[in-house]
Formats: sequence, structure tokens, C-alpha cells
Amino acid sequence: MRRIGGVALLVCALALAAGGATGIQAQQRVTVTYWQYFFQSKVKLIDALIAQFETQNPGIHVVQETFPYDSYNQKVASAVPAGQGPDVVNLFYGWLPLYVDSGYLQPLPEDAFPTTQIERDFVPMVKAARFGGKYWALPTAVRTLALFYNRDLFRKAGLDRAPITWDELLADAKRLTERDGRGTVTLEGFGIAPNGQDHQLIREVLFRQWGAAPYSSDGHRATYNTPQGAEALRWYTDLVAKHNVAVIDFFPGGNGYRDAFVAGRAAMIVDGSFAIGAIRGSAKFDWGVATLPRLTAGGTPANFGSLWVHGLTARAKGPQREAAVKFLQFITSPDTQRLWLQQVGEIPAGKALAGDPKLEADPVYGPFIQSLPYAHATFFVDETAQRTVLVDAVNEVILNHKDPKAALDDAAAREGKILGEFWAKHR
Amino acid sequence: MSLGARRAVSAYAFLALPVAFFVAIRILPAAQALFISLHRWDIVSAERPFVGAANFREIASDPRFWQAAGNTLRYVLTGIPAQLILGLGIAILLRRVARFRGFFRALYFIPFVTPIVAASWVWQWMYSPSFGPLNRMFEAAGLPAQAFLRRPSQALYAVAAMVVWEYVGFQVVIFLAGLEAIPRVFYEAAEVDGAAGWRLFRHITLPLLNPTLVFSAVYGTIVYLQLFTQVLNMTFGDQGGPLGSTLTVVLYVYIQGFQRFRMGPAAAATVALFAAILVITLAQLRFFSRQVEY
Repeated sequence: MRRIGGVALLVCALALAAGGATGIQAQQRVTVTYWQYFFQSKVKLIDALIAQFETQNPGIHVVQETFPYDSYNQKVASAVPAGQGPDVVNLFYGWLPLYVDSGYLQPLPEDAFPTTQIERDFVPMVKAARFGGKYWALPTAVRTLALFYNRDLFRKAGLDRAPITWDELLADAKRLTERDGRGTVTLEGFGIAPNGQDHQLIREVLFRQWGAAPYSSDGHRATYNTPQGAEALRWYTDLVAKHNVAVIDFFPGGNGYRDAFVAGRAAMIVDGSFAIGAIRGSAKFDWGVATLPRLTAGGTPANFGSLWVHGLTARAKGPQREAAVKFLQFITSPDTQRLWLQQVGEIPAGKALAGDPKLEADPVYGPFIQSLPYAHATFFVDETAQRTVLVDAVNEVILNHKDPKAALDDAAAREGKILGEFWAKHR
Repeated sequence: MSLGARRAVSAYAFLALPVAFFVAIRILPAAQALFISLHRWDIVSAERPFVGAANFREIASDPRFWQAAGNTLRYVLTGIPAQLILGLGIAILLRRVARFRGFFRALYFIPFVTPIVAASWVWQWMYSPSFGPLNRMFEAAGLPAQAFLRRPSQALYAVAAMVVWEYVGFQVVIFLAGLEAIPRVFYEAAEVDGAAGWRLFRHITLPLLNPTLVFSAVYGTIVYLQLFTQVLNMTFGDQGGPLGSTLTVVLYVYIQGFQRFRMGPAAAATVALFAAILVITLAQLRFFSRQVEY
């Protein structure tokens, strides 16, 4: 509350200052409300951006409101029927179908955000925000996956670089894994996390590289239950079941795999660019980032991309809508993207910045940025349920010794039902 | 108005406030749940079309719902007996010790006042196959290491054990009060007649403790039927997992309603749970309450 109080005071002070300068105009100021989840560096940056935006647009006043990450979607959803909420809202792209369907969002106006321009200026995965031929939201930054590895542990095991193929990763993991006298793993070669980022890894990277398209081209069916898909799943589950170089829930909790890496108890993990800040802040060892391995050295690269996007809610009407559109343009501009990268550490959503050779060569951001051209953002219609389906497939193979093909048949049938119900409504 | 009537009016006035509060935060939302269970609603949309019993049919054909219902029953059937037997055993032992009784009672009661979320995370670490002290203890005793929360056949009991740990102290306090209320003269009379040990317990303690036992069983059953926080936090990454083996009805409701935003099926499951709790509680009161007089 004290923070909010402070922000409110600051805002009042700014309002007064601006009001003093512009006199009567202050009375006609339009207020735009912006919602995002609480993440220190993002909140700080948006505060600074608001101050800058308000100086440029004396008639507009922007209020930022934030909520805890874990309950953010619930907060947004429950605010809607209560008739509350912001004009501009930050949403995970996987939630868009829900908010578009319900009429909570309005499409971005074509004059301010021409479709051709969006597709020219933004990285390909921005298409995840297109729905029914219209764009409903835009990102400032995007995220991809990469391999984080502990260089100190690598050196200790006599390894001098990150693995390039999955076979290499397995061989490295075997050398890196440490067990006690009873055979219990005390240090994981690979910090496995089916319900962390790994279900995305399996879905968009392993399936594709092993030769199984995860979804039909229209996205209406799950198609990964092929012999190739089963081989991919077998490779992944063997890390636990056969090679014992990875332990599910090695550290408890949703981010246990990252905690284990930071604690020096997992030598490698697959994680998103959003994890850079947390790892940089707490890992007390020499670590590196590498692009995700491939099936063969020259094989097909693949990656999973995801994004948080800013949408315009149906609440914004008239002058408020105009002001909200301006703010939206401002926070998705290349200038903001650059600040976002510098201060939040998320990779820019614009092609121009993402293609910057200096950034591509950055030892930490580089691998994430290099993955942008081949990053697929899964079109989730029900993220929770779709995640559970794949996590269950992994557990069926590892815990119940189910055949990977049979496990994927079940998964594809379950996910197919979820997709089918959604598309039946959107015919 | 007579003095009596005036007193009654002021009494009702004071009573009205809690009643209004209760109606507003308990009865009305419950009625609303019933309403939503008959409609399709994604929490965000303005429209809530009436769909009749479709939500009930949907959960009835969802294997996960039945898995959750079966699990919930297993939580009740393992947790309640364990909690009652342990609670009564500890209470009887505590009555035998004259020194440090308060200290022991407080010790057993501490888990009950420990924040559940924090306790759940600590238990998760205790169960950790790689780092948890429980497996170290098993090994020291020559027993094989266990997967606990990672094995579908064990996970539910691992969670139930934590809930028993949490509630046993509360149970001990209730039983101590119940035991205290049994007049000494019954035991003395029985001892004069030559009864001892098990027969005293069987024919005096148990029957006279019946009201306490019924209260504990009914209260405990409701607690287990509404199990949520412990499961959510002990399986935080894969909630209710692995493979739905720890899923409870309330967690199912939460996932449907607040993660998947399918309020209709969530409300239908809530109504089903309400009906189950009502029936089970009435049955317990009907079959286990006996008036015992000596």
C-alpha cells in the first residue's frame, strides 16, 4: 500500500506540475488506466515511461495499477463482470481467446495499427495476437527458450562448451550427474521440469525436430501422436526413467528446476528469457546461455515463443480510447522496446531491434534473439488443460511405464477434445 | 410495549446483524452457485445462457471429476480414522501424565495454528526423495527409499498424513475436554465391580465420549471433504498430480473455475459437493448419535 501511495503522490505531483503549466487544459485531462502484473523492473519502467508520455501529451493522465503475478489472470477476469478494469491491459497471449470471445477487448484500430505495418515491423510470433483476421493486442517484448548451463560444473566435468545436439546433451548430463552412495541423485545433469518450460519444449521443439508436426495446419487438431512424436517423448522420458540424469520435482514448487539451477544442483535447464533476471540476480557461479540443441548438428532448429501483449479494452471509448491508443503506440514503439531490453531484460518484439547484430552477438541475449525466426507460439485455447495433457503423458510413461505412443494417443485425443470444443464455437 | 417485548426487540436487533452478514456472505453466494451451475459462463462474458443440466452431465462424463470424488472419499476414509484414533490415544496418554501435560498439549496443538501454506511447503521438502529427512530415516531403519509425492499410489496418503499431523492436536484438545466431562464415579463404581483396563474403556469411556466422537467425525469429515490448500501447495507445479492422484473435488472446482474459467462445471461440482456433504453429515448424525445414560 505504501508503494501505491507513493506512486499516487508522484502522479499527483506530476499532475499538478503539468496542470500549472497548461492551466485550463488540466481540467479536460483524460485518464487512461493501465494494468499489468507486479514485476519490480517492469513497474518502475512503466512509471518512468508514463512520466515521459505525459510530458509529451499534456492532456493525458495515465494510471498504472499492478497485481501479484500468481493471481493476475483471476484478478483481470473477475474485474470484468464487476464492470471495473483498465483501458489498456497486459495479458498473456494464451488468454486472448477468452478475452476476445467475451467482448472484453476491442480490436486495435486499423488506422493507428495497420495490419501490414504490424506484420512488417514485428517478429513472426506476433501473429498469436491475430484472431478472426484482426489484431487484438501488441507486445513490447517477446520470449524464447534457451539452454542455461553452469560453466563451473561443466569445467569440473571436463566439458568445455554447451551441447549442440540432444545426444550430446544426454552424454554431458551423464558426466555431470552426481549421486550419493545409495544411487540417489544429488546433482541433476539436466534440471527437468515437465510442468515448467518442458511441456513447451516437447510440444514445439522436440516433436518438430523428431519429425512430428504438433498440430494440424489449421490448429484444430493435435497431430503429435506419430511414431516420430513417440520417439521424441521416449528420448525425453528416458532422461528420468532410463538414464537417471534428471529427477522430476527435484526441488519442489513451480520453479523448482530454476531454483535447483541457481543452487548449483542442476547443471543445465531449459528456461525462457524471462528467467535471465532471476538467474543473474541469484546464481553465484559462472553460467552461460546457448541456443537449444538440435537432433543432429545441422538439423532443424525450433523454439517456443511466448509473449505478453497490451490490449485495448472495450471500456475505452471516445477521447479515452484515443488517449489509450496513443499510450499503446508509445509502449510498443522501438524506443520503449530498447528501454525494456535494457531495464527489464526482455527481448524486443520489433524486427529492427531484434535483428541488431550487436544484440545477436550478446552472450546472454544472443541465443534467445537468434531463435526468434523459428520460434512458434502455440495457439493455446485452454493453456491449463493443454499443459496438463502433456504433463500427464510424461508421467504416464515415467510412472506407469506406458508405451510413449499409447500415451501420446491418449494425449492427442484429450487435447483434440479441448481444441474441438473451442473451434466448434468459432466456426 | 412491555419490558419483555422490548427486550425481545433489542435481542432480535442484535441478532439481525450477524444474520444479515451470514446471508450476504454465505447464503447468497451459495444460491448464486446453484444459479451458475445451470448456466454457461466463462466469468468474463456478459451473457450467461441457461443450459439446464448440461454442466452436470459434463462433469458426470469427466473422468477427472470422478477421480477427484474417489480421491476425496479416500482422504476421508484414511484421514478421519487416523486422526480420531491418534487423537484419542494421545489424549488418554496425556491424562495419565501429571507433569508437563500442558506442555505436551501445546506441542501437539502447534501444527493446528501453523500457517497451512508454510507447513505444506516444509512437508514437501521433508518428502523430497533426494533431500528429505524422511527417506534418511527410512534408510536408517533399513527400509527402502520411497517416492512419496511422486508416486500416484502414495501421493494421496502422503498428503493425508500431513493433514492428520495438522489436525491431531485439535482433536487431542477436544478429546481431553470430553474425557474430563466423564464423572469419575462411573469408573470407581465399575472398579468396585471388578472391571479394569479395556472393559472400562469399552463400556464407560467410549459410550460416554460418543457426543465428542460424533462431533469430531462430522467436523473432520467436512474438513476432509473440503480439502484444498494442502493439496494445492504440496503439488504446486502439477496441481492435484501426479496424474490426478491427489486431486480433490475442491481443487477440481478451482482448476475448472479459476484457471480454465469454466464457471458452469465448477459451480455444478460445487453443488454436487454441497449435496454430498449434506447427505453424509445427516447420515453421520442419524447413525452415530446415541444417548447413553447410566
